[in-house]
Amino acid sequence: MYTKTNSRITITKSLSFALVGLWLFVAAFPFAWTFWGSFKVQSDFFSKANWMYAIWGTNTINETGDAFTGNGYYGAWVIQSFWKNFLNSGIVVFFTVIISLTFGTLGGYALARSGFRYAFWILMAALVFRAMPHITLVSGYLLPFFEWNIWGHLPTTIIVLVAMNQPFTLWMLHSFFLNIPKDMDESAMVDGCTRFQAFRYVIVPVMWPGVITTGLFSFLLAYNDFTVTAMLLSEENETIIPAINSFLGTTQVEGKVMYAVAAVVSVTAPLLLLILFFQRQIVSGLTAGAVKG
Amino acid sequence: MKHRTFFWFILPTLTAMILFIALPIVSAFVQSLFVQHEQVLVVSKSCGPFGCNETTSIDLKATEKLRQGEPLGKFNGLGTYLNRSHLAFSEVGNAWANSETLTDFWDEVLNLPFYGALTFTLTYTAVVTPVVLILGLAIAIGVNGLPNLMKGPSIFVSLLPFLVTPLVGSLILFWMVDGDGIIGATIQLVFNDPNLSLKASTALTWTMLIVYGIWHTLPFSFIVFYAGLQTVPFDTLEAAQIDGATKWQRIIYVVVPHLVPLISFVTLMLLMDNFRVFEPIVSFSAEAHARSLSWIIFNDLRESGNPLYGSAGATSMLTIIGVAFLLTPVLLRTWRDFKLKGH
Repeated sequence: MYTKTNSRITITKSLSFALVGLWLFVAAFPFAWTFWGSFKVQSDFFSKANWMYAIWGTNTINETGDAFTGNGYYGAWVIQSFWKNFLNSGIVVFFTVIISLTFGTLGGYALARSGFRYAFWILMAALVFRAMPHITLVSGYLLPFFEWNIWGHLPTTIIVLVAMNQPFTLWMLHSFFLNIPKDMDESAMVDGCTRFQAFRYVIVPVMWPGVITTGLFSFLLAYNDFTVTAMLLSEENETIIPAINSFLGTTQVEGKVMYAVAAVVSVTAPLLLLILFFQRQIVSGLTAGAVKG
Repeated sequence: MKHRTFFWFILPTLTAMILFIALPIVSAFVQSLFVQHEQVLVVSKSCGPFGCNETTSIDLKATEKLRQGEPLGKFNGLGTYLNRSHLAFSEVGNAWANSETLTDFWDEVLNLPFYGALTFTLTYTAVVTPVVLILGLAIAIGVNGLPNLMKGPSIFVSLLPFLVTPLVGSLILFWMVDGDGIIGATIQLVFNDPNLSLKASTALTWTMLIVYGIWHTLPFSFIVFYAGLQTVPFDTLEAAQIDGATKWQRIIYVVVPHLVPLISFVTLMLLMDNFRVFEPIVSFSAEAHARSLSWIIFNDLRESGNPLYGSAGATSMLTIIGVAFLLTPVLLRTWRDFKLKGH
């Protein structure tokens, strides 16, 4: 353990605390500010005259009679039908996570248990695939997808997101399965199980912590994706992130930026809950790849 | 594990990766060799009392038919790679011949779309990566020294900028630095210039995007380093202290060497992610001053009604070559380690 060995307050120490404090402020303030401002009218949130207006809601009181208004949320969710995009996102995220984890656990388990040279090459290929900017892949999809008439549908996007998710999922689950002792499934096979039965009855019951951690990152990739969903989905199938981008263009002109602000806050709120409940898993997931080197 | 069993276990994931990662790269390459058919022109002669007139018009039907029949377009070889929007060798050559000073030459080259985007992408990657590494380590050491009660909440607060999607994260910052937003308006007040806008100049736009990049990726390096600090052997630290090493020396000679594997992991991840910088440019609507490689591909594909597949494909290929350059050192090292292990 690397912990402090003396508790004297030195200059270095106060400097380093100041740095941490500054960072925490910089990290949290934009979110707090936007959350608070999403309940105000535009002339308060974007107040040139005095930024205190955004805090007290001076113009909001003048316009709506109350210091807080849900107009932005009403506009986004009801008028712009943001709920449809949320529904689409729900479908995409659910299926992407389920399919990625199914493919990933099978593949990751095989890679962890195979001592052959090609297992190493598959992992290396996955690393290279992980580095491909998503937009370069999208530029390869568009024309074939148009030709085959599968452009714009949710299933197409789901399978594309599953594929983009595989390199990361494979690496994570591979290193996770390496930590499960080989003896467990091998003794099951000595007792007469086939490889798949050993996996099903011995490994599956103990793999959930690793699968949940990996699942969180699959969730984030699907939920946060912009590049793929913006290019591959037709307008009625749009998910939340491209939807925010597309009504930025229209709302800015009509002076309805607050719709976009409300939508942004609505999109961020689930992430906050996710961190609240799964902080430990997220942190361990971020470092999982690193520990193995 | 037998080859046969291995094959069935790996089949789904491998199929997905081959179909939707490997083949699209091939498909983008094939597209880059073709250009769209030009419009079909018809020359019609109309003769009147004052002589004959030739008018040229576009035959929309024939154009449509031609384009439908061969959606790839016509074969162009490496032409797309060499044109003005990509490698532009002849334009670069001209610029070299015609410009007096090196700065003139640079200015001209940076105006070419591909080189402009490449320069921004590389600058962004080269600035964000080291700053994030150093600040991340500093904050990790700072948080590690905090009382236990405050460690959890600090990590909680830090995670948000990293987990929120770049498009949304940069929008949140953009609304604050916008002319009417809290930071933008304050800056105008401080400099007493009501027209001052962070979007007005190239330098300010780049700074804004880089600051965003640091804000977004700092949590990643901070958290990985923080986790690494938990495994620094206490004995070694104590021994160093007994030998009279100052706190600073202990960090440089004990902590940092212990974290080297983590540092190379974080560097690799940061390089890969920073090189694909894209969404913040959309959110900040910064394309007038800053374009990245990913952004110009996106723009080619977005060309309404008439996507430039060839051009996008060519830029994609050049981008992938860039990624390959970034990855080569890592792959070589992993290969050496693998051979050393004696498989």
